[in-house]
Amino acid sequence: MTSSTRRLRAALLTGALVIVASGPPALAADDGKVANFLLNNGMEVVVIPDHRAPIVTHMVWYKIGSADEPPGKSGIAHFFEHLMFKATTNHAAGEFDRAISAIGGSNNAFTSYDYTAFHETVAPSALGEMMSFEADRMRNLILTDEVIKTERDVILEERRSRIDSNPQAVLDEEVDATLWQSQPYRIPVIGWMQEMEQLNRTDAVAFYDKYYRPNNAVLIVAGDVEPDAVKALAEKTYGKVARGPDLPPRIRPVEPEQNTKRTVTLTDARVSVPSFSTQWVVPSYHTAKPGEAEALDLLAEILGGGVRSRLYQQLVVKQGIAASAGAFFQGSMLDATNFTVYGAPRGDAKLSDVEAGVDAEIARISKDGVTAEELDKAKARYVRAMIFARDKQDEMANLYGSQLATGGNVKDIQEWPDRIRKVTADEIKAAAARYLLLDRSTTGYLLPQQQAGN
Amino acid sequence: MMTRLSVGAAPHLPAGILSPYSDGERGAVIADFADHQRRKKSASVVPSPLLPVTIRGEVPGRAMRGGADLGDHWPDAIARRRIAALRALATLFLSILFLVLPALAARATDIQQVTSPKGINAWLVEDHSIPIIAIRFVFDGGSTQDPAGREGLVNLMTGLFDEGAGDLDSEAFQTRLDDAGAEMGFDAARDGTYGAMRMLAEQKDAAFDLLRLAVTSPRFDQAPIDRIRAQILSGIIASERDPNTVAQTKWLRAIYGDHPYSRPDQGTKDSIATITAADLAAFHKANFARSGLHVAVVGDIDAATLKQKLDEVFGDLPEKQLLQPVADTELKLGQQLEVDYDLPQTSLQFAYPGVKRDAPDFFPAVLMNQILGGGTFTSRLYDEVREKRGLAYSIDSNLVDHQHSNALIITTATRSDRAAETLGIVKDVVKKMAEEGPTEAELDATKKYMVGSYAISNLDSSSAIAATLVELQLDNLGIDYVQRRAALINGVTLDQVKAAAKKLLTPAPAIMSIGPKLEAK
Repeated sequence: MTSSTRRLRAALLTGALVIVASGPPALAADDGKVANFLLNNGMEVVVIPDHRAPIVTHMVWYKIGSADEPPGKSGIAHFFEHLMFKATTNHAAGEFDRAISAIGGSNNAFTSYDYTAFHETVAPSALGEMMSFEADRMRNLILTDEVIKTERDVILEERRSRIDSNPQAVLDEEVDATLWQSQPYRIPVIGWMQEMEQLNRTDAVAFYDKYYRPNNAVLIVAGDVEPDAVKALAEKTYGKVARGPDLPPRIRPVEPEQNTKRTVTLTDARVSVPSFSTQWVVPSYHTAKPGEAEALDLLAEILGGGVRSRLYQQLVVKQGIAASAGAFFQGSMLDATNFTVYGAPRGDAKLSDVEAGVDAEIARISKDGVTAEELDKAKARYVRAMIFARDKQDEMANLYGSQLATGGNVKDIQEWPDRIRKVTADEIKAAAARYLLLDRSTTGYLLPQQQAGN
Repeated sequence: MMTRLSVGAAPHLPAGILSPYSDGERGAVIADFADHQRRKKSASVVPSPLLPVTIRGEVPGRAMRGGADLGDHWPDAIARRRIAALRALATLFLSILFLVLPALAARATDIQQVTSPKGINAWLVEDHSIPIIAIRFVFDGGSTQDPAGREGLVNLMTGLFDEGAGDLDSEAFQTRLDDAGAEMGFDAARDGTYGAMRMLAEQKDAAFDLLRLAVTSPRFDQAPIDRIRAQILSGIIASERDPNTVAQTKWLRAIYGDHPYSRPDQGTKDSIATITAADLAAFHKANFARSGLHVAVVGDIDAATLKQKLDEVFGDLPEKQLLQPVADTELKLGQQLEVDYDLPQTSLQFAYPGVKRDAPDFFPAVLMNQILGGGTFTSRLYDEVREKRGLAYSIDSNLVDHQHSNALIITTATRSDRAAETLGIVKDVVKKMAEEGPTEAELDATKKYMVGSYAISNLDSSSAIAATLVELQLDNLGIDYVQRRAALINGVTLDQVKAAAKKLLTPAPAIMSIGPKLEAK
């Protein structure tokens, strides 16, 4: 994937997530109401009934991500996610996978900065079995040195595939480490190679015992199920797992004020079209004061959210100097997050022309704000996306899971559309003026080799 | 294990989105419609030689494994959704799985065959529980129709349908589309030109009218042509020093020779420079005709209304397509390509013969491939290369089903100092499968998986159902295929699978390695 594509794609993913992660109003309006309750051991449960298809998505979200890792142990959260697929005292390695496969189900897992989640999609009749397997591996993994060694090789290959083989990924990793000076988002989720190589059984066991507990987990069940039935099944499975010690609040180092313009440059022989991205530290939905994250969402949409956005229209269409240009805001994070603009030139245009064009649009939106028409259309796109999102059961599950794992609750999701509707043009202008300061930013440049030193 | 992880691309990737190993699933799920408008607008050139492996109408979810990037190609991506199927269809499939409802035939009416007054056919699944409508269609003839010297024409054309149509110029059309709350996308595949739209039911009149304009009266104005062409060109340039792109170009040439499948879908720097508005208009006229059209619609619309809309959108198109014949071709196997780059990992790619969609041994081959290296985390290749030895993060095999050529492709990437070892293990696993075939137990488990996964992998949203139904039409599988499918799979014998294994896996493969020179072991 080219650098510009990669950025664009990333931006799109982000935009979509924000939409999804912020959710439809009456989620399953024509379906059952979303249910939310706690098991006796502290495990939180959300049930999202959707009776259109006899399918159910079952997810367990642990409130543990890479940003919670101990110093020097980067990658342990993701490594542990892999280890969760190994043998337990009750089931041989691969038995869970085979059980899912035998009913045509699908399963996987993912790790991020603030959470780790495991999920299966199956027929509702298999829900109890899924819960039983998932509850089992919450506490009963067998972690041998042999298992650790082989799977560690797998994550090292994963790092080589995803990061080390890709100049854009290598740059992104170091841009992160530059944008974030103190906050743990500076460390890659997959981990630093030299630390990953040293991860061992002792680390894994300590991590497991501390975080893989029912009182640190959220169960999300979306699909053709009734809340009462889910509750009964959950009590029979997860409910039997002993509550762990209370975990301390997730208070992490926060960013100091940024007083500089920082740049990170990678030149690489594999690159032939240059690109850049500039990012700022901004509040997330969890850390923002009321309405500010919503304003940042709409700012990102109007400034650079798609082909109707200012950056695209101005730089790609009217001036014709950019192959791509856009912006995105990554709102669903536990701590402060980033707002990003990006671009790549086309034809005879220089990267500096595109960057200057992006800067000019930022200056304009900070000074003059947005029009009523732009604002109404941006809001309408969110509303539309919310209706389309109802077509996808797993998006619903992801929406609730990520929200609950980053400090939010069910009500936040349900009230989100109203909060978006209330955002004013002045609030968007204020957010731009406050955060998008060109002389206090972090910019990454990916350059072809012959441009080095230019 | 299978992990999605917001790895290093991190600042730009929202938490938990990137799906590394990816069945193409999560990553693509999120990308889905959000990027509809932006597709083609990006400088996106995804080298997608053999990887966009679809067995049409079959397991598209699987097809995306290891190819999450391909999710970028929008209309294809929408086929790769999970979950949220419409009750009617999914019930049908799961019923087969659990053998609860014997009277399945009665449910065949869940897919309606609709024929408009002007003779446009479509398959319709009505679902009124959510106020949206998804339509997907394909015209026979894709990038293989690019005239020699004009390679990239069809790809460029598909970037221009929202850049002006009828009386509306680019700006006016896009504004109207946005106001109508609809999302539209077109995509050039090798053998077909796809279009899709997703709309809010209450604004369907405005949405269908814009689709009519796009399909029947694209303007191909010079300014948008030049702009989209420049973006595509930028993408071609951006990837020309990328080792994978370079290698895939060589690979296509090596295995397809001079066949049109060897050409890059997006064309070359030289070829796209030559394409004119007249070329685009001429191809549009030859390709967008009723004789080569296949349509599926899912959602909040009834048959009577759909008939009217079908005539509005497609009724004024010419009757007959004027396509160039494309020859069938055999892969050139039995060769080894080494593409030397100083990289931390070596990518390995193997091509074996494939199987035609209408061949009697199609399902035996599908089952065999699934056991060898298919979608689940239980395949032989996965077990030997990853689980037992930790040699790779991803490894899988896929059946590639193009209209004029077929293949079985194995891909993996491994640390360079052990690439020769990994290559040997893959060959050993293949050899064992060729000689002995799978076990009865493996076959039984895989049949269950194949039967049960159809609803989850292919029918998980309105758009996914529409995509599946279009592919079933392309393959002439019949409106009752969904009912017959389980029996077709369950009727396969162990001997048939062994025969398929022997036939596909015995010939010497084409092998490509990308990375440091392979160390002799």
